[in-house]
Amino acid sequence: MSETIVIAEIVKGAVHSTTAELITAAQALGSQPVVIVPCTDAATADGASGFAGASRIIAAKSAVFENYDAAGWAAALDAVAPSGVLVASASPQSKDLAARLAARRGISVVQDVVQIQGNNLTSPIYSGKAMQTVALSGDAVVTVRPNVFDAASDNGSTEISVVDTTGDMATAVQEFMARASSRLDVAEANIIISGGRGMGSPDNFVHLEAIADTLGAAVGASRAAVDTWESIPHSMQVGQTGKTVNPNLYIAVGISGAIQHLAGMRSSKYIVAINKDADAPIFQHADYGIVATWEEALPVLQSTLSTMMA
Amino acid sequence: MSNIIVLVKQVPDTNARIVLSGDRVDLSAVKKVMSPYDEFAVETALQHREANGGEVTAVTVGDAGADKVLKDAKAIGVDHIVRIDSSESLDSNALQSVLASVVKSMDATVVYCGKSAADTGAGSTGPGLAERLGWASVSNSTSVAFGDQLSVITPSAGGNARYNVPLPAVVSCDKGDIKVRKPNVKGIMQAKRAKVEVKTVDAPASTVSVVSHSMPPAKPAGKSYEGGAAAAEVAQLLRDEANVI
Repeated sequence: MSETIVIAEIVKGAVHSTTAELITAAQALGSQPVVIVPCTDAATADGASGFAGASRIIAAKSAVFENYDAAGWAAALDAVAPSGVLVASASPQSKDLAARLAARRGISVVQDVVQIQGNNLTSPIYSGKAMQTVALSGDAVVTVRPNVFDAASDNGSTEISVVDTTGDMATAVQEFMARASSRLDVAEANIIISGGRGMGSPDNFVHLEAIADTLGAAVGASRAAVDTWESIPHSMQVGQTGKTVNPNLYIAVGISGAIQHLAGMRSSKYIVAINKDADAPIFQHADYGIVATWEEALPVLQSTLSTMMA
Repeated sequence: MSNIIVLVKQVPDTNARIVLSGDRVDLSAVKKVMSPYDEFAVETALQHREANGGEVTAVTVGDAGADKVLKDAKAIGVDHIVRIDSSESLDSNALQSVLASVVKSMDATVVYCGKSAADTGAGSTGPGLAERLGWASVSNSTSVAFGDQLSVITPSAGGNARYNVPLPAVVSCDKGDIKVRKPNVKGIMQAKRAKVEVKTVDAPASTVSVVSHSMPPAKPAGKSYEGGAAAAEVAQLLRDEANVI
């Protein structure tokens, strides 16, 4: 197989830790990868120099990388990246970039990979109800789900070369609208606590928010909760018609586990379910299941976590 | 006058159970529907027509069995329906290539599509098509305002970003706040009589081929507890056993 190239995951101008998992995935595809860090300031690439297993690091420096524009980013990265198999994170933004980059090179893209065996790549299909394994017979762009591959260790010290690049931007950001709350979005968080209709009322989500703030977590919701209560926005919805999430920890409270919801969260690393109905399907997917009302369980969870995190 | 294209795809009903036959999924008993996000794309295309004038053409890729999804789009209110004939499984490069050649031939102003199809969940078609056409693209749009250019809202780290998007462009649509219209009786009658325009395009060879399908690995049974007091023990285990907090 030809060279492998990792496109570092950039969140708010910094190299995200999931990049270490991309290096492991790239190695599974055949070789020590070149890591390319899109940046406006070459110092950003220092955030990747510690990852072991990279053959070299290229700081791809361009004003284009100030704000995300799929066309501009794809052009600027295409100019820098050698040919081969490119690996990026399966975050919404990087999936978009991967598709554009692949199209620019006239090659295919395989999204949401969770397993690599030689040239065979496995991804969930039908929202995780089945798995599909495909074989690559040429260069491609591959995106990898977060929290699936082990992170490369951080005891490396790979040399960084800086390459100036550019690309034509096709869109322009008019304005950023920050969320009112400083809490993370479910698509960004490594820990998510979600509520369903079992919470009884949207007002009771304050109990989930309190735990979320203790853990630095995001608050999510089931479709039933979003459809029932106007004050629970669709942006919180986890599931097939909401967001697909892969956090390290997913806590489902008062959520029965409809197929719709499971589709969006079943690949979470650890799942905790709190539900008063012992027969709720969510328990079949839980690593830790607690049969109890939220009124009983959440205060205990909150006080234990507060003590632990203090 | 805008020449608006909306891409639609037929997928298994999202409530359907998926079963295997050998090492392939068996969809023979599964009801097929328009991919849910495509419904938002159709609605956005119709709103674009209402705002700026023009015509909406729904395009799909598939064999004659896929005509139903086009008729569904027609019933909701699109003007024309086009099927790019293909009975093969196309990889993303092949699929986007045939779509690009058809969209080019149609002199389009804008292409709308769902943020991803409910079968693969990949979301590659919109941005990949835009790159092949040399157009702007924005993915996962939750709101579109129509003018000489589009003003599109999409999630961004820490909130949302509003983008100015010059036309022509491809926009992939998420649910957002729009309500999708349902077909009325007149629309359904018109759709029955509507003719599907069938186009044939040569596709490049696929370099990604399906090896097998399988069921997701079964999760080992977890630990279960009765009563809210157990939450204290679970919190400890999350730290000491799972190492996630």
